[in-house]
Amino acid sequence: MEQGGTAARMVVHRALANRIRQHVIKMTHRAKAAHVGTSLSMADLLAVLYGSVLRVDPARPAWPDRDRFILSKGHGCAGLYAVLAERGFFPLEWLDQFYQDGSRLAGHITHTGVPGVEVSTGALGHGLSIGCGMALAAKRDGRPFRVFTLLSDGECDEGSVWEAVLFAPHHGLDNLTAIVDFNRIQSLGTVKEVLDLDPLGAKWQAFGWAVREIDGHDLQQIEGALASIPFEQGRPSCIVAHSVKGKGVGFMENKLLWHYRSPDAEELQRALTELVEE
Amino acid sequence: MRTAFFRTLLELAEHDERINLIVGDIGFGVVEPFAERFPRRFLNAGVAEQNMTGIATGLALCNKVVFTYSIANFPTLRCLEQIRNDVCYHNANVKIVAVGGGFAYGSLGMTHHATEDLAIMRALPGMVVVAPGDPIEAEQATRAIVAHPGPCYLRLGRAGERPVHRSRVTFEIGKAITLRNGDDVTLISTGGVLRTAVLVAERLAQEGVQTRVLSMHTVKPLDTDAVLVAARETRAIVTIEEHSVIGGLGGAVAEVLAESDREKIVFKRVGLPSVFSSHVGSQEYLRAAHGLSEDQILKSLKPMLDLLKR
Repeated sequence: MEQGGTAARMVVHRALANRIRQHVIKMTHRAKAAHVGTSLSMADLLAVLYGSVLRVDPARPAWPDRDRFILSKGHGCAGLYAVLAERGFFPLEWLDQFYQDGSRLAGHITHTGVPGVEVSTGALGHGLSIGCGMALAAKRDGRPFRVFTLLSDGECDEGSVWEAVLFAPHHGLDNLTAIVDFNRIQSLGTVKEVLDLDPLGAKWQAFGWAVREIDGHDLQQIEGALASIPFEQGRPSCIVAHSVKGKGVGFMENKLLWHYRSPDAEELQRALTELVEE
Repeated sequence: MRTAFFRTLLELAEHDERINLIVGDIGFGVVEPFAERFPRRFLNAGVAEQNMTGIATGLALCNKVVFTYSIANFPTLRCLEQIRNDVCYHNANVKIVAVGGGFAYGSLGMTHHATEDLAIMRALPGMVVVAPGDPIEAEQATRAIVAHPGPCYLRLGRAGERPVHRSRVTFEIGKAITLRNGDDVTLISTGGVLRTAVLVAERLAQEGVQTRVLSMHTVKPLDTDAVLVAARETRAIVTIEEHSVIGGLGGAVAEVLAESDREKIVFKRVGLPSVFSSHVGSQEYLRAAHGLSEDQILKSLKPMLDLLKR
């Protein structure tokens, strides 16, 4: 029975992830926008988070006890806008206006006038600290909500990230989860080439986090990890999600170029064909 | 001013449980009463101002009024982007408090001279910038920024300044306080040099120059009415600040005057030149080394006063 339920949920998650990816491809194409690869690498994480993990209510985006999700890698905004629209926080038509003059959907995640977006980011290294503050507020007020922050790997170059990484375990913020989308490609090269982060999980562990490393595209692993937080009582949880930049579109996968390039008309069709067939 | 601030904060926190205080591992001997009285509303973030400011934002977005506190430039410049993006863009109810405005920590060297903070904080959208002139203003400024929803920067001097005002004053964010009336010259002061401004005005009065003194404790939003009234009713305006002449009070007043119809108003900024101090010494010593003593200000105003006599 449970097995059957899990399988059914995975089908739903897979379908949502696929729709996120299709939206992202269309949005970046229409907008001639960058950062398609980063939205694709985190699509499976978003599908599970918004599919079955986050206690949020599109009808009450400001519900005080909602879980807070902070996209600290603000350049992955297309993916988050897409999943919020899919969950009904705002109309799907808004996605057509991504980047456009007079739109609400800016090229880095922006909260103003966009229901469901907790925090605006775009400069890296801000989200986890804000998440620490929200998690601390929940602890101090005895509220049940949880805080999830999604970071990029390149973002972990920022010193401010490590200030927050140091802080959360010291204060026992086990209602805080950090997820690192470890797709191993940053702005000007691979993480290995630019500023090596390995062993990344061990670093978070050494700072006092309970760490789990997963395949960031294995929906069952993602759900299993998110369902078992906090991994340890009294400690914040860190999920290092090993992922593939551009995941889901063969010709974009693991290519630095797709940090910048937006799909042209022909590439749009090829990408959508691949995603529709999936 | 520091003493007045902490005393007032403690009192306000008794009645307003939204108030939280986060320090950046600073405040030995002064933060303890708050920390002991309200342990669950106090936090030492460690030597990590960027995180301190992000945490303050997160708490504020959960309906708290959050004070961040450190000295000199640490709570402002070290974490400037967190203040801009996190605090200001989210209109978070965060009150940034720096002790040691200007040369208050003079002997500690250049790193501890807060001499561009007003200009930089003033440039941020949504930020209220307050620099009280004495402990009486500091107390009332603390009350006023708690009552004001949204980001505020409170620039304090140090501990132990004597009051300039004789009694409690009417304090309103964005409203200058008139300490002296006069129709010849207006001195507009912000922050802890207020006493100097008053002394300069008294000396000028002895020389027959009727001098108005405004304490412009709020640099943003600036009391433009008070500036324009002074431009109409007096013949010269002088700004005095323990801060760079670029972008602070002097800059703000200059902007108002330049856009006004008062073409003939004589205007002078007294402040620090845009250089790092190459001197070592106390606040008083460094003020004198940069032309901010009472005598030096009087001397620097001489050519302007001669011009007015002609």
